[in-house]
Amino acid sequence: MDLHVSGQSSVRRRFGWLATYAAGVFAFLYLPIVVLILYSFNREGVGGFPPRHLTLDWYRMLASDGAILDAVVNSLLVALAAVAIALALGLPAALALDRVAFPGKALFRRLVLLPLILPGIITGLSLLMLAVFAGMKLSLLTVIIGHGTALISVGTTEISAGLQKMDRAQEEASLDLGASYWRTFWRVTLPNLRLPLVAAGLLIFTLSMDEIAVSFFLIGRDNTLPLEIWGRLRRGLTPEINAVSTIIFLASVGLILVWYRLRTRS
Amino acid sequence: MYSRAYKLAVAIPPLLWVTLFLLVPYALLLSYSFWTVSSGTIMRQWNLENYRDLGRNWMYLQVLFRSMKIAGAVTMLALVLGYPLAYYLSFHAGARKDLLYQLVIVPLWVSYLVRGYAWKTILGSDGVLNGFLQYLHLVREPVGFFLYSPFAVVLVLTHIYTPFTLLPIYASLEHIPRHLVEASQDLGASPRVTFWRVIFPLSLPGLLAGATFAFVLTLGDFLAPLLVGGASGIMISNIVVSLFGAAFDWPLGAAISVCIMLLVLGMLFAVERTEKKWTFT
Repeated sequence: MDLHVSGQSSVRRRFGWLATYAAGVFAFLYLPIVVLILYSFNREGVGGFPPRHLTLDWYRMLASDGAILDAVVNSLLVALAAVAIALALGLPAALALDRVAFPGKALFRRLVLLPLILPGIITGLSLLMLAVFAGMKLSLLTVIIGHGTALISVGTTEISAGLQKMDRAQEEASLDLGASYWRTFWRVTLPNLRLPLVAAGLLIFTLSMDEIAVSFFLIGRDNTLPLEIWGRLRRGLTPEINAVSTIIFLASVGLILVWYRLRTRS
Repeated sequence: MYSRAYKLAVAIPPLLWVTLFLLVPYALLLSYSFWTVSSGTIMRQWNLENYRDLGRNWMYLQVLFRSMKIAGAVTMLALVLGYPLAYYLSFHAGARKDLLYQLVIVPLWVSYLVRGYAWKTILGSDGVLNGFLQYLHLVREPVGFFLYSPFAVVLVLTHIYTPFTLLPIYASLEHIPRHLVEASQDLGASPRVTFWRVIFPLSLPGLLAGATFAFVLTLGDFLAPLLVGGASGIMISNIVVSLFGAAFDWPLGAAISVCIMLLVLGMLFAVERTEKKWTFT
């Protein structure tokens, strides 16, 4: 909505400044990303100005980089498992919060959200202590448990929002007409929650693919992609990292746009 | 209307999982903070030694103080950048509003690591910024202090958390009933007065939520300092990381973690109470 006030010209001048400022903030947000992508094509390395001798060599190098490809596979595995865990527990958690009165409900509601609010280091360290305490070896499995647990909140929040918008009468009608709870769940509740489930899944997937603070403490021998990149940063910067970052960026943008569309539709 | 079996079936699995993988680990962290380490093994004897150490050792307090200063600076900058943009989007973006909003969402979800790395390539002594300055002949020698400084940490974290800060501000601006703004204008208030007397006060809950996000997420960060901070940019979580790594003093590390956790939870509690007081609509 635009403001309609007397003294249009002074208003326009004032909001012209505002528009310029807003453009500046956008530039700040996007400048590093643009630089990153640009230098992924730069033969001379990650620094210097202007970039020259554009090349696709770094992308070719990436395609034959075994460690990176392994890390991508590990990350995909972790992310898919995290989606499965976070949805398998986020859905019943949302249903329980919506329609069951149980002792400690208020505590549960807050506890689930903690990994999103507390610094990642706290959740990572706590789970590391549990793994050590239980004599569990650190591996991708511990990372999966970490991601799954930390992201239940995302599943619960999205699905709760979906439940709020759901038409309760459909469930009641199904039950009144003699369908069992189980059948009602599969035939009425679940189909109604399809969009929030897909949206939550996409979001959890993206967050897990990028996660680094919790993984940092729970990783074993096999690296996820962010940790593989992290390890390389300590050895020196090459445009190969720009190339892989560019691909991560494009993939996250794609997923997020799909997520956003789904969300606005639901 | 739901049977007992249904209720148990939906409540038990998440309760068990969250207890085992969240409540127990947090309790374990708390327990560790009361234990000690002696010649490389953890001694499970309950005592307050770690907390006494923290109080006695000036270094920890100093780093904690620096972390809060960095978090404060990031919060201020994120508000200064995020608020006007949110206000512009909500009130003046016109037909491009949805597109611009999506443009803010995108960097929000772009990998932390990717963004931190991008800044590292920009700020380094043979980085893009120095190359640019030399190209323009503004400097002859590369400038060394861009990278590996508290300034770099603040810059990177501001970049990462500005969209986080903007989101709740935007949401609260969107919730302001437009007829209140019109009423203020009809009654002769200038745009400035309308902004400060109507819009700004009504957006305070969002501003508070955004500021809390930025402060809390920054306070516990340890990756940006490792990436771009150098020795002078060390934050409190970096000390925890080193205590859990090379220094091998898990109990002391746990005690610092518990302090960070209490600080964060205390802040969230205070903010929640203030927010309730401030919510008019």
